[in-house]
Amino acid sequence: MEIVLVGLNHRSAPVEVREKVSFTNDQARQAAEELRARGILHETLVLSTCNRSEVYGVPPETTRESAAALSNYLSSFHSVQLDLLSPSLYHHYDRYAVRHLFRVASGLDSMMLGEAEILGQVREAYRIAYEQGATGPVLNRLFQGALEVGKRVRSETELGARPMSVASAGVKLAERIFGKLQERAALVLGAGMISEQVISQLRDRNIARLFVMNRSLERADNLARQFAGKVIAWDDWESALTLPDVVVSSVSAEEPVLMRAHLEKAMAARGNRPLFVMDLGVPRNIDPAAASLYNFYLYNIDDLTQIVQQNRNSREGEVPRAELIVDEHVSKFLTWQASLELISVVETLRHKLKADRAEFVRERAERVNGLTPEQREQVEALIDDLLEKMLLDPARRLQGEKDLRRKIQQVEAIRELFLPDREH
Amino acid sequence: MNHLFFLLTLAAYVGSFAAYIGYLVAGHDWSGRLGSLLLSGGLVAHYFALLERARGLHTVPYHDLSGSMSLFGWLLALTYLSLELFHRQRSVGAFVLPFVLAFFLFAQLSPPDRLAAPPATGVAFAFHVTLSILAYAAFGLSCVLSLIYLGEQRLLHEHRVGDVVWRLPSLDLLDRMSQSSVLVGLISIAIGTALGFVWVDRLTGNVWHYDPKYVVTLLVLVAYVFYLRLARNPSWRGARASQLCIFNFAIVIFSFTVVNLFFSHAHRYF
Repeated sequence: MEIVLVGLNHRSAPVEVREKVSFTNDQARQAAEELRARGILHETLVLSTCNRSEVYGVPPETTRESAAALSNYLSSFHSVQLDLLSPSLYHHYDRYAVRHLFRVASGLDSMMLGEAEILGQVREAYRIAYEQGATGPVLNRLFQGALEVGKRVRSETELGARPMSVASAGVKLAERIFGKLQERAALVLGAGMISEQVISQLRDRNIARLFVMNRSLERADNLARQFAGKVIAWDDWESALTLPDVVVSSVSAEEPVLMRAHLEKAMAARGNRPLFVMDLGVPRNIDPAAASLYNFYLYNIDDLTQIVQQNRNSREGEVPRAELIVDEHVSKFLTWQASLELISVVETLRHKLKADRAEFVRERAERVNGLTPEQREQVEALIDDLLEKMLLDPARRLQGEKDLRRKIQQVEAIRELFLPDREH
Repeated sequence: MNHLFFLLTLAAYVGSFAAYIGYLVAGHDWSGRLGSLLLSGGLVAHYFALLERARGLHTVPYHDLSGSMSLFGWLLALTYLSLELFHRQRSVGAFVLPFVLAFFLFAQLSPPDRLAAPPATGVAFAFHVTLSILAYAAFGLSCVLSLIYLGEQRLLHEHRVGDVVWRLPSLDLLDRMSQSSVLVGLISIAIGTALGFVWVDRLTGNVWHYDPKYVVTLLVLVAYVFYLRLARNPSWRGARASQLCIFNFAIVIFSFTVVNLFFSHAHRYF
């Protein structure tokens, strides 16, 4: 009942390799089915995101042989030469595999430290494998544990609390001023890539109304249609600036698009309602002198980048706390695993001792003269009682062992001493 | 016994303050919950401390300055906790608890006023005083919220977005919390003042008994109604409304101190 993990991620493989080994949901189902059908794994789960492709499994054979078989399988499944793939692949076994998964679910192994999406991706991969029946007791327990660790790290540390992109930092700042954005309006100036990112963040927060202004009406129209917004004509500044609470500007222009005088007038027209402006243009689109206007909050790209950098440092400071939670759950899982191991070893040992006893009695009883079948049964029962006592007393002591490392070592010792020929 | 409740209250308030600080600085949810729990415990212990004190001195808590201060601290904590539960926002606790602690300690450590006149009695009078002090506590809370608003707004304006700013309530929420608090204060002071007139009428048979305190109380009432009106106006909403709220509380302090001590005939400590 060991665990094996074979995979690659953004650290071990460049994107050219990662994209060759990624799985769609259907491919993940197919791989899980084949790996079990071929007897490479008893239980299996494929986790594939844009930054990683990993196969977790419980093999019937020793883990190292299974890892080699898994590497071969990955190579043939994706038609990538093993020589090309091998340098990028990592293999983890048992506690290291458990720890790796828990770190992945916590966002500690992500390209962007503490990213929130990975927990949802782990949940989805588990759902697919579970519904397919590809997981069993071990992987069910392992992935439920991983989801629990991910949730705890998010709620008990600030690893994922701070915005890590310019777009999300801007939107979070808007929330510092307006609270929830459901009843607010936003105006987007310019229809470039960065505008799309901000709109997407605003839509995720269910912003009530969205307006788009762009010199090219066609691009404005496309963006507005994509995000269910409304287009405002480029020269209609007077009415445009009275509507929003948030303005996102990323216009390609040599001179500021909005001067202080424009904005002063606009603020008066809107009764000085607070206005949060993200100026993401380079050169800047908004006259910096407007920053001193009443209830006017102006952040340019450098301000937001600086906040993102501060947040990155804060997140890194949270890593030790997150690692402690991971360690705690790895120990929990290993305790559970060791208990199961113990039960399994005791059960196997009991069967072996009974078989040995039967053979022993058969051999020796023939040499004893005058032993009736009833007496022989009595002798067998006595030996069984003695063996059971010899087995149960140490098993109970082991069950109560508090030191996990010692417990696992002792279970391993029993297995090696009494069951040397068996694979588990 | 009073000593025991004093220690229990002090421990709970100090613990609550520390937990709220932990929540604000480190962002642990459990720390915020612990802060609320300890504050609730502190409120219960403080209530019994007030009760014991009243029994020991054979008078109501608001009979002298220290009793009034202690009751003010208790009502401030109660108003804050209600507001925290209503708005589901714990990060303000770290700013309110020092005031609660200061009033509680000041009240407990100062000797009872032996020169105080015999206490007035009656349910109307008790409610008149309690509601008036509740109103002052609510106005005090709105003042603290306005100060936080101005501080946070300044940090946002100057782009100094540190750890604490991410955990403070949004400016919009602070504004709404301040308005809720003022509303509680206005309702309390309106009912409290009306009950005061009822009590005077019962005592003297004459509803009107001139006291300079009435004028200042009316001024406080008008000032806060004015604030509520302006805080809903987009031109005033935000920093200007917060500044007005702080100014209004200065009138309350004036009423609580100068007017009571030097001008009022019938009001000493509330």
